[in-house]
Amino acid sequence: MTVRRLPALDPLGALLGAVGVAALAFLPFVVFKSNRIVPGEARALLDFLPAGPVFGFYLMLALAAGAALFVANARLRLACALLGVIALAIAVAAAGNALTPPGNKVVRVAPGAGFWVLLIALGLMTTDAITRLRPGPALRVLLLLIFAVAAGLAFASGAFDHLSIMREYAVNSDRFAREARQHMLLAFGSLGAAVVVALPVGILCHRVPRLRAGVIGTLNLIQTIPSIALFGILMAPLGALAAAFPWAAEHGIRGIGTAPAVVALFLYSLLPVVANTVVGLGRVSPAAVDAARGMGLTTWQILAHIEFPLALPVILTGIRIVLVQNIGLVTVAALIGGGGFGAFVFQGIGQTAMDLVLLGAIPIVMLAFSSAVLLDALVDLMNRAAQ
Amino acid sequence: MINIEGLSKRYGSTTVVDAVSMSIASGSITVIVGTSGSGKSTLLRMINRLVEPTTGRVLIDGADTSLTPAHLLRRRIGYVIQGHGLFPHRTVAENIATVPRLLGWERSRVAARVEELLRVFQLESASFGRKFPHQLSGGEQQRVGVARALAAEPALLLMDEPFGALDPVIRGKAQDDLLDIQRRFGTTIVLVTHDMDEAFRLGDCVAVMKQGRVLQHDRPGVLLTRPADPFVTRLSGTADRALKLLSLTTAGELAEPGPTEKRTVAAAASLREVLSDLIWSGADAATVLNPDGSSAGRLTVARLLAHGRQG
Repeated sequence: MTVRRLPALDPLGALLGAVGVAALAFLPFVVFKSNRIVPGEARALLDFLPAGPVFGFYLMLALAAGAALFVANARLRLACALLGVIALAIAVAAAGNALTPPGNKVVRVAPGAGFWVLLIALGLMTTDAITRLRPGPALRVLLLLIFAVAAGLAFASGAFDHLSIMREYAVNSDRFAREARQHMLLAFGSLGAAVVVALPVGILCHRVPRLRAGVIGTLNLIQTIPSIALFGILMAPLGALAAAFPWAAEHGIRGIGTAPAVVALFLYSLLPVVANTVVGLGRVSPAAVDAARGMGLTTWQILAHIEFPLALPVILTGIRIVLVQNIGLVTVAALIGGGGFGAFVFQGIGQTAMDLVLLGAIPIVMLAFSSAVLLDALVDLMNRAAQ
Repeated sequence: MINIEGLSKRYGSTTVVDAVSMSIASGSITVIVGTSGSGKSTLLRMINRLVEPTTGRVLIDGADTSLTPAHLLRRRIGYVIQGHGLFPHRTVAENIATVPRLLGWERSRVAARVEELLRVFQLESASFGRKFPHQLSGGEQQRVGVARALAAEPALLLMDEPFGALDPVIRGKAQDDLLDIQRRFGTTIVLVTHDMDEAFRLGDCVAVMKQGRVLQHDRPGVLLTRPADPFVTRLSGTADRALKLLSLTTAGELAEPGPTEKRTVAAAASLREVLSDLIWSGADAATVLNPDGSSAGRLTVARLLAHGRQG
């Protein structure tokens, strides 16, 4: 008797496949609500869509699952995962259009838990396939750009306009742009200020080892304060400042709002940049520095031409940590009137309107993800140059 | 001419270099040799003021080095360290161009100098200048390090254990190359090492240091035949000192007139090599040939043995 060997199962693929099948079988794909606030009822695709396209959709998902389980070729896996994502998008768009009576702006068709789990599983399969392909930094940025443009075009086409999140967007589109700007401003502004301060502090700590323990220890302590608590701590002094100096209040320096948010994010940002600057400079070959000094480079020239370029990849890694951390933390700033996407999240929680929460949360995740990809690519590029 | 006058370096109560005075002739190779902790590196680093002397001064061609800003002084003095110290993020060409660029040379002059040095150091494959240091072998890295130090045509080159990180075979080649380069450019070289063989091989003069003091500063032959201190004898070793002495003189220098022999040796060969050749071949004498093939005279085993007996 001969035993036919099955192809080796891919462990991650098996997990993702199982999760996908369970999501499809047990979780609602879409949820129908007669208005914005009431709890919805789950709807199966076959209840309201013709059988042919629905089975086509299931076939696509089966194809992706098969690839996840049995295909070792990363390109093929990527192609199948992307096909799955596209099928998922078409299905959810079709559900939105099919379930919304023409002209009705009250009913809500929300992607259900099944949809989200499938999206996450296929997203993981996509990123895993891309990781296995080991693309260079430029290609990774290009892929990110392609995904962003494709997603932008899909949303602009209006195909998703009947879905609940897009309904929330339609109502809040002016505010969305404003909160997006505010979110970026808080995340990047506090990062910029932190880099301007942290680089010299890091250089100083590198030069004067006696300072190092004290400075790093203090910044570590700040990191351990929960963000909400830090906002609270900052309210009192900033409020007092605003009360004492009216011009400060006029310029937005108040106990609540942008000022405490920026200050708190700035404080959180210091440690990773200072610590990585110290580590990065510490890793520079002492022989190279000694040779540079011996050849007559001045202290500043050594810093600018030798030490800093060689430490840059490590410093950028610190900046990457800060940026991703800040994009997440800015969310909490909305609680003290700092604005940003967090405003949607907390407003949505207050109104038990999950769609509004997602309108805030999804852009935050995308922003953090894109920033991580971009800065990782930059770090990679620097590492290649510095070797 | 470099004059070191009463140079000392103290860290707290520790004296690392203790009132060293010595003169170094232009165009010569002076090797400072000593065990670790003898203060030899500190002495070297006080010449280009990487270490500021506690007392004493250094005169280069009569000018007190402390009167020039340190970084400007260093740009005129070549500096090579163990493990090369190449800048890992810069190409070979950029590394070599470091000091000329600091001095504001014109671009074309820098490029021409880099090309010349790559040729002199036999690194002239078309793409070599664009390589990064990590792509080179240890020997190549070391050569680029020396080329970089010589880029701005310094009259003085300081070398701190430059061949310490190389394996013995490559080290021998690097030492020969250094002698060639020194003859070619006429650079004054001060080199620090703990290896007495290296000191004898390279040095026109050798200074032996111990505990911050220079025990003896003289030609290698004098160190062997008239050591000023038991430590000098110990450092140079007694087991093969006759052969060491022979290795310091070339056949051309000792050749005497006489009949032509069947066995021939090159005038540039050391007496040690000639003796070895005669033992090996069983001949009693050899004719010494100049590079152009003419006879420079002859050498007998007896004369060689007598020369090694001078101690």
